[in-house]
Amino acid sequence: MTAGHPRRALQLVQNPERLHWHDQAVWFVRQKRDIARSFVPEWEELRSLASQIKAHALSRLPDYLEQFESRAKAAGAVVHWARDADEHNRIVLSLLRERGVTRLVKSKSMLTEECKLNEHLEAHGIEVVDTDLGERIVQFRREPPSHIVMPAIHLKKEEIGALFHDELGTPEGLSDPKALAEAARVHMREKFLAAQAGLTGVNFAIASTGGVVVCTNEGNADLGTSLPPLHIACMGVEKIVPSPRELAVFLRLLARSATGQPITTYTSHFHGPKPGGEMHIVIVDHGRSRILARPEFRASLKCIRCAACMNTCPVYRRSGGHSYGVTVPGPIGSVLARQRDLPPMPRKSFRAQWRDRGRAR
Amino acid sequence: MAARDEILAKLRAAAAPAVELPDLSRFAPVTYPDLRERFAKSVIEVGGRCVFVAGSLQDELAKIPEFANARRSVSLVPGVEGNVDLTAVSDPHELNDIDFCVVPAEFGVAENGACWITDHGRANRAVCFLTQHLAIVVRDLVHNLHQAYERIQMPGRGFAMFLSGPSKTADIEQALVIGAHGARSCTVLVTS
Amino acid sequence: MEVALFIPCYVDQLYPQVGMATATLLERLGVKVHFPEAQTCCGQPMANSGFFDDARPLAARMLRVFEPYQVVVCPSGSCTSMVRNHFPELLPGAPRLPVYELVEFLHDVLKAPLRGRFPFRVGLHQSCHGLRELRLGSGSERLVPAFSKTADLLAGIEGLQLVELSRSDECCGFGGTFAVTEEAVSCAMGRDRIADHERAGAEVIAGGDVSCLMHLEGLLRRDGKRLRTMHVAELLAEATA
Repeated sequence: MTAGHPRRALQLVQNPERLHWHDQAVWFVRQKRDIARSFVPEWEELRSLASQIKAHALSRLPDYLEQFESRAKAAGAVVHWARDADEHNRIVLSLLRERGVTRLVKSKSMLTEECKLNEHLEAHGIEVVDTDLGERIVQFRREPPSHIVMPAIHLKKEEIGALFHDELGTPEGLSDPKALAEAARVHMREKFLAAQAGLTGVNFAIASTGGVVVCTNEGNADLGTSLPPLHIACMGVEKIVPSPRELAVFLRLLARSATGQPITTYTSHFHGPKPGGEMHIVIVDHGRSRILARPEFRASLKCIRCAACMNTCPVYRRSGGHSYGVTVPGPIGSVLARQRDLPPMPRKSFRAQWRDRGRAR
Repeated sequence: MAARDEILAKLRAAAAPAVELPDLSRFAPVTYPDLRERFAKSVIEVGGRCVFVAGSLQDELAKIPEFANARRSVSLVPGVEGNVDLTAVSDPHELNDIDFCVVPAEFGVAENGACWITDHGRANRAVCFLTQHLAIVVRDLVHNLHQAYERIQMPGRGFAMFLSGPSKTADIEQALVIGAHGARSCTVLVTS
Repeated sequence: MEVALFIPCYVDQLYPQVGMATATLLERLGVKVHFPEAQTCCGQPMANSGFFDDARPLAARMLRVFEPYQVVVCPSGSCTSMVRNHFPELLPGAPRLPVYELVEFLHDVLKAPLRGRFPFRVGLHQSCHGLRELRLGSGSERLVPAFSKTADLLAGIEGLQLVELSRSDECCGFGGTFAVTEEAVSCAMGRDRIADHERAGAEVIAGGDVSCLMHLEGLLRRDGKRLRTMHVAELLAEATA
């Protein structure tokens, strides 16, 4: 758990009606996942294979990244490397500035949340529109996502209705999800058509082909990359899979674990830019090499961000994503945060050090 | 040191012990007794419609109200008539008012209703996402994604995707809404 | 058969009746029971909080104290798991202690059919450590054939009716030091667990870990509820009396 969590959790815990609503909403997704995986008899074997593939990829990460880079270049992409969030943000900003881009559409990327890219670009006069519906909702509210798959799971439809009334001019009191989503569709179409560049995250990067795979249900990553001439894809170093055949293992797990769907609606494979366009891939470390160097934390780099751990976690469900105070909340977030967002814990207690000293004498 | 070399050096120094890549060829994923039936079920599960085409494609399409009522339509399937010629469109933004689009898929996947669609380097793949309604024409089916990737020849350059049903979101209180940003409906026409 | 009892420190001090019930039950099943009095805490609270160096001497002591025994039985999933799964990490290369959790011992080793009577509706609380680290049951998150060793044992008890919970294995919120550092969330989890048992019509919440039951019992008492908690050892000792 992260520091300050007990205090921040009170906001939800002290509101029993909302607490149970949130718990039930998130538990519902866990139940959908249980149903979806029951149609895959080889489920546990699949999970174990996925874990082994990730362990393998992590054990040969530099080689695979070099292979990925050369194949991506051959496909026509430009590859950039960023040591940390600042460098990542500088690279993205200069790509946009060099091309005079002032309007950017983004599809979901936890990495850019981690790097606080939006704030950086906005501070430099670029309009950034998060196009995933949930992301757009929390962007309007100027708050971070509370869940990595369902960014606005902490909000009730009435609250979203009031927000859309203010932001999009929907009728007062309108809270029907279908009507609200339609209003967002109209609003976002304009943004897609006006955008000069599209930025996506990366779910998987294929070493053998230099391609990146992006998964969405809404189609926002595809609209955002097929209209404007510039596509920027941002990925952590750990997103590598060796070849397309391993993708089958991960894609069979990802959406079933995340939302109980057999696959995301759009599973897009990008190899280089669209004709006449540009594709830039930014490969980011930002603390991942440090995690890789620590055997007890290394396994956390296997995470595919399905959020199943959040949905099953009784603590997450009863404290809400914002209570963690870090980019990725919940169980996996608590592990990652120890490495990244927080100062390190003491390795040894006073008692243990005193004992060591005694032994040494 | 350049960022690239520094990152790679750090990752090399982190040196996770070597782990073998598991042998997927010995893995036996689920298959289905009736491939077509399972595929159709999956398409419906993901919010799509599935039609087995016995006669002509054009006749089947005419039965789809969204196709029949479309003012502007695009077809990338030989033998199916659309009224907008994609090759004549220089800017994808012009495709914003497309009502219906018919695209071919290389194959469909029974376990999840997804169809593998490639753009063959076409400049205007945006039409698949801008169109209000979509139909996919597919003949070959495979059981699962493992078979799918065995079959796929990944393009050296270009775009390809699995598309599974219409665009959707459940970001507002978990309520499923069909037609988020992309197609509001998706009909898969299975030919033989 | 002879066994040595490993009685967790909080059972020794706060729930001695669970230790006594364990001994009574085992003796009733023809087992000769020893209790090595030099035993102390196994080090779990320190290890769970990341203080491995503080846990290590306690682990070493446990190994010394139980070294003469062929079989060790413990009425706690989390303490058993500490010894079985985490001692090897603390003391690499040290001999393994042949420790069994009580239900596991009755079910897997003794295989003695239990006969008795307990005419109550029982809700089974499947504690996380027992379920996920000792595999006393299948765990609803895994796609494996469903099983519960505790439910198997209770199946032989006449009159006992297991109620069906809406969440079969959700954590009660105790979690050792979690209950201390995260009091509010911990209590919310406990109260939700109790409500699930109440809705299912349970008269007794039974489980294999006194720590979870202690947490639930505290909440029951504060909230003035009549539902009671019993360790499986107590329940079986009473049923087979």
